[in-house]
Amino acid sequence: MANITDKIVKLFPDATVVEGNDPMVTVADSRWHDLAALLRDNEELKFDYLVTIVGMDWTEHLGCIYYLMSTEYNTVVGVKVLAEGTRETPYIHSVADLWAVAVTYEREVFDFFGIVFIGNPDMRRLFLNLDWKGYPLRKDYDEDPALNPVSTESERQTDFTDVYSLDENGNVQKKEVRVFEKDDFVVNIGPQHPATHGVLRFRTAVNGEEIKKIDLYCGYIHRGIEKLCENLAYPQTLHFMDRMDYFSAHNYHHALCMLIEKAAGIEISRRAQVIRVMMDELSRIASHCLFIGTYCMDLGATTMLFYALRVREQILDIMEKTCGARMTFNYECIGGVMQDLAPDFVQDVKALLEVLPKNIKEYNEIFTGNVIARNRMEGVGVLSREDAISYAVTGPSGRASGWACDMRKLFPYSIYSELDFEEVVMTEGDSMARFKCRMREMEESAKILAQLVDNIPEGEYCVKVPKVLKLPVGSWFQLTEGCRGAFGLYLESDGNTKPYRLKIAPPCLPQAAVVDHITRGQKIADLITIGGSMDYIVPDIDR
Amino acid sequence: MQDFSFLTTWLDNSLRSIMPGWLSVTVECLLVGVGLLLVYALLALFYIYYERKLCAAFQCRLGPNRVGPWGLLQSFADMFKMLIKEIIHLNHIDRFLFALAPYLVIIASMLAFAVLPWGNGLQIIDFNIGIFFLIAVSSIGVLGILLAGWSSNNKFTLIGSLRSGAQMVSYELSIGLSVITMVCLAGTMSVGGIVQEQENLWFIFKGHVPAVIAFIIYMIAGTAETNRGPFDLPEAESELTAGYHTEYSGMHFGFFYLAEYLNLFIVSGVASLLFLGGWMPLHFPGWDAFNHIMDYIPSVVWFIGKAVLLSFVIIWFKWTFPRLRIDQLLSLEWKYLLPINLVNLVLMVLIIVNGWHF
Repeated sequence: MANITDKIVKLFPDATVVEGNDPMVTVADSRWHDLAALLRDNEELKFDYLVTIVGMDWTEHLGCIYYLMSTEYNTVVGVKVLAEGTRETPYIHSVADLWAVAVTYEREVFDFFGIVFIGNPDMRRLFLNLDWKGYPLRKDYDEDPALNPVSTESERQTDFTDVYSLDENGNVQKKEVRVFEKDDFVVNIGPQHPATHGVLRFRTAVNGEEIKKIDLYCGYIHRGIEKLCENLAYPQTLHFMDRMDYFSAHNYHHALCMLIEKAAGIEISRRAQVIRVMMDELSRIASHCLFIGTYCMDLGATTMLFYALRVREQILDIMEKTCGARMTFNYECIGGVMQDLAPDFVQDVKALLEVLPKNIKEYNEIFTGNVIARNRMEGVGVLSREDAISYAVTGPSGRASGWACDMRKLFPYSIYSELDFEEVVMTEGDSMARFKCRMREMEESAKILAQLVDNIPEGEYCVKVPKVLKLPVGSWFQLTEGCRGAFGLYLESDGNTKPYRLKIAPPCLPQAAVVDHITRGQKIADLITIGGSMDYIVPDIDR
Repeated sequence: MQDFSFLTTWLDNSLRSIMPGWLSVTVECLLVGVGLLLVYALLALFYIYYERKLCAAFQCRLGPNRVGPWGLLQSFADMFKMLIKEIIHLNHIDRFLFALAPYLVIIASMLAFAVLPWGNGLQIIDFNIGIFFLIAVSSIGVLGILLAGWSSNNKFTLIGSLRSGAQMVSYELSIGLSVITMVCLAGTMSVGGIVQEQENLWFIFKGHVPAVIAFIIYMIAGTAETNRGPFDLPEAESELTAGYHTEYSGMHFGFFYLAEYLNLFIVSGVASLLFLGGWMPLHFPGWDAFNHIMDYIPSVVWFIGKAVLLSFVIIWFKWTFPRLRIDQLLSLEWKYLLPINLVNLVLMVLIIVNGWHF
């Protein structure tokens, strides 16, 4: 891995290597856009996937760490860029023209750190109110509630967005631009709408039944999890993982536990690893079941919801017996899992594995083959492989576009390298492919469960960890596979009991951001089809 | 076969014997009106229960089972709730049209009741263009929906009513053409006449191939006319929240709700009239004993039984199929149903002219 940074420095002498746990280089802002273009386009590097942008406040500097991945060479590198300008108006050059998803990621950094991205076409806040005072993730942020009182009036709206540029003297210039054209007929789909699966809002400009443009408007369920984590001890940060994508609660928990264990050098027992992986895969089946149910309901086939929920209920019963909860399990902990498995866990999982294939067959008979369903889904919302990578659409949605992006295969963690399962990759890239991809992933997850259910080793389910957990100084980045795609975690520690910065890169934000791109020119009903097939979870977008 | 006309004639005669003719007609009209309202309300309540139970069965649930035995009183409770709910008054709407719309919808379905063949001698009005009248009054309903969507001053309702307008106007063509096909076979537009024509054999058997095609097209178009799934685009809840009636509350919403179920009954009633003999029992030429036994079942039971059975099919559609998209819906009508219908009409005429029917 170390040679990738050397290679970059050789190709781009202005960059310097940063020593740390993960390969990372740093570059001055003035050269950053050139380096980004090189990283993306050079044949030997090909970093075509922008995983996330971690905004950072190192007190004396503001800056960003860009995590890039090459889908061809399967390498990850971090690029650290310090912001220019004063602390009042810090700026970095935008890379929105290189990676489409950067438009959204840069908005997020702007929202939390106030770093302006020169050249980003849409530099509004992403989550917080338009008139929010201060940038909450800066270390000198004033938390006084009097500054940002709970508003008793309607939310302020604007039809304008800002674009920033540099003039000849190097000063930042602001220009207002319209989001929609002047006479557009704009319909609000959301925030309270049955098809957005939560409080998400699409401002949709329509021309009759045709969609002209969609403006994604999120933040209605933003809880500031990243900010909250900075004031909590490591074990306390875990429970937030249940509250983002609540269907991948186990997977996210698993991811953060693994990252903290890696940082602290804790080795966990094999029994705990097997339990974690089984819970992950059970979650995946339950999550995909719910996807099938709600998606079919969005398309008007209400009955399918009940058929799909039958299986999901069975899984939730298994979870309830072991974890004591049907949602927000808080089951994985640092060092293993909270409790041992329930006595009839094995038997219940076997019962599930027996009914699952019959159910999948039934779903296919009643829905997948239906001529109306096929007309609604086939060829609707086609996302090409290039766009999927550029917009960072991971998970089953990305795999349906032909991008093999399963982190369980790319960076096998826990015991995934020993397991025999297939990565489901399809090529059509339409809504039907996204639907079928999930259907087949359920079968693959069942395959994993079948391999493990009879081989749960004996041993302790949780190793002893120190009561007060301090991590060494350093930063760690890790990618795992949630139910909906690549789940990135960046942890920076200053040697304390609390994280200095915990950045969560959820899979759902890019999936919601891509909706505008693939719905243009389609019908209103297709927005529901496409949005549903992306299967985003709003608390995961907003955090 | 039991004939209910003795009842009506007796009533008419006894009224005329005690009061002048104009007054007795007024009294009869009032009686019929009250009776119709009663039937209307009871049918709606039955249909709500019926659909909920059926839908529950399709979805592996039990459905209403708490209020009354087997949940029978559930729909009464629902209706009572609807009656006492507040009607929310909105600003920025066209008040007159907003209030008028639900009444237009309900009047349309009410008028259609007048010509349905309820039983032998139990038709409220039987005149020579009965089926034509039925098609005419059932198109008034779309006006109500358009007004509701427009007067609410809401973008969702507007899109919903535009969809509805496009859908209703298109599918009325199919309904009209399949009705004409059957009228050709019957040789009359009078509802009573159509039923009498089926005394020996129901039209779906008599007209064989074109009649079956017309029946299938009628059922598809009829489902679309009632705005039910898979054609429920005007109120597609996952797209337009509730479509044209998003802004309605209380009993005004209740009217739309009732009218939807009653339209379901009317569509299935007309289907049973045109294809399954209306109130006519199942007769086969030559099977005298069988025909005689069938005559013992009262004609009212025949009619309502057929209508409820056909409604079952429409409800089955709704709880099985996903929803169509607006362009698919329109292309289904204009590119497939309409040409098939026209060819079918020609086929039917050829069969009648050559006497190839049974």
